[in-house]
Amino acid sequence: MAQDLVLEIAGLEKTFNPGRANAVTAISELDLSVRPREFVSIIGPSGCGKSTLLRLVGGLIDPTAGDLSVNGRSAQEARLARDYGMVFQAAGLLDWRTAVRNVELPLELMGWSKFRRRARAKEMLELVDLDGFASHYPAELSGGMQQRVSIARALSFEPSLLLMDEPFGALDEMTREYMQTELLKIWRETATTVIFITHSIPEAVFLSTRVAVMSPRPARIAAEIPIDLPERAPQVRDTEEFFRSVSLVRRTLRSVEHE
Amino acid sequence: MTDRSTTRRARTRRTLVFAVFLVVLALLYTGYKAFGQAVDDTQRDWWVVGSFLPRSDDKNMPPVLDILAEFGQAPREGGTTIGRLTLDGALFTLREAAVGFAAGTIIGLAIAVVLLQSRRAERGVLPYVIASQTVPLIAIAPIVVVWGRTGLEFLPWEWKDWMSVSLIATYLTFFPVAVNGLRGLQSPSPEASELMQSYAAGRRQVLRRLQLPASLPYLFPALRIAATASVVGAIVGEISAGVRGGLGRLILDFAGKYITGPERLYVAIIGACITGLVAVGVVAAAERLLLARRGIVAQ
Repeated sequence: MAQDLVLEIAGLEKTFNPGRANAVTAISELDLSVRPREFVSIIGPSGCGKSTLLRLVGGLIDPTAGDLSVNGRSAQEARLARDYGMVFQAAGLLDWRTAVRNVELPLELMGWSKFRRRARAKEMLELVDLDGFASHYPAELSGGMQQRVSIARALSFEPSLLLMDEPFGALDEMTREYMQTELLKIWRETATTVIFITHSIPEAVFLSTRVAVMSPRPARIAAEIPIDLPERAPQVRDTEEFFRSVSLVRRTLRSVEHE
Repeated sequence: MTDRSTTRRARTRRTLVFAVFLVVLALLYTGYKAFGQAVDDTQRDWWVVGSFLPRSDDKNMPPVLDILAEFGQAPREGGTTIGRLTLDGALFTLREAAVGFAAGTIIGLAIAVVLLQSRRAERGVLPYVIASQTVPLIAIAPIVVVWGRTGLEFLPWEWKDWMSVSLIATYLTFFPVAVNGLRGLQSPSPEASELMQSYAAGRRQVLRRLQLPASLPYLFPALRIAATASVVGAIVGEISAGVRGGLGRLILDFAGKYITGPERLYVAIIGACITGLVAVGVVAAAERLLLARRGIVAQ
């Protein structure tokens, strides 16, 4: 296996309740490779197993068959080595901790000293433009702010890979577009590889260097579409190239759904 | 700053409402008493007071002012006043209750943490935890006291009867803590658990950083119940164990002399109520201290 791939998946299969009457094959024959510094969006019909794929990559559940390696090691090893940071649709902040202490949580679990982790957490809050809100509790922050804290938390220990499961799904359109711009800024500044689950086509096109389209269940990667936009600024959403890419992804998705 | 002054104002208002409530209660009591007296004074059989409403003569319902005056009376000339006796008894009982409460909280939490580890343990053990509360306290108390007197010689310290009373209070306390504690420990969302898993957190780290803090809002209502239960347990325990010095013994004594001085029993009852309120108040203060800054201000 090539050492320079962040993620390499071949012939992946996941069956829930195998061998029983209620067995469900969520993923079958799935192949995907991700190189360092890529931003790959995974898009597909709802319920097709996008989140399952992300949990497999994160080693939160184990595959039934196939090969999956993260930074050249198994998903479990990668999880124990803290190779990736994870962001869910719900920010999942601990409501008894201030913003800065939420960002500190993974560092605390890793045994960092109080001084070091506080300094790093402050740095991370600066990165997501929340330096003024370090001592606020989650209940005092808006949904978008909470999600930015959650991103800062995922990046606090500088993982090489960021796994995001519909992170902006619960946000309103305006906040969503703002968060997308912020995320691109963070991606550029931190040199992280991102795997991003979404069901919004414009979101996938705007953010990604590559869009992977998943088929309905049992899911596989049915098509991969490289996205080549001249610059990733908010205005790009109004350009001819953007529309062309969006329409290409949409047509691919439709053809996959009706296979 | 404004936050603090509004909470202070809210607290003042609560105290005021409570005081007004007490006065209204005293007035209702006195009013009913006057009504019953008036009915009695007609010397006719009205069948109201005495048949389906309680009688209101001074034996059954001593006047409020007499009850208040009783606090300052001494049973023996120049001896300790009833108020002082009640205060001493309340402090004695409160100590037993506090020890029982602390032990019950620790045991209850330990049971919750053990049951958290597996569904099978939960299903197997929880019915016994619930069944333990159906055993009448009066039946357990003498057993505990006899054990304490005869069976605990291996302990490095001398076992006193009041410790048996604390143990009885523990028996009532651990139950709500175990049941609500378990619910609280199970309260974090699946995402929160997955997040901890993604950080490769160990079981103990998950317990300490996620499950225990998440359980606090569930735990405190249980602790309030446990606080009153520990006082009740201590009083009942004192009575059935025959331990002197606490409210239980005082209530027993005053009940025996009810015919000659009903006011005293009322004083002891008021003392028991205040003791329970103090216990709950301490828990509520701890709750405010620990939970106030989560954005959810405890009431």
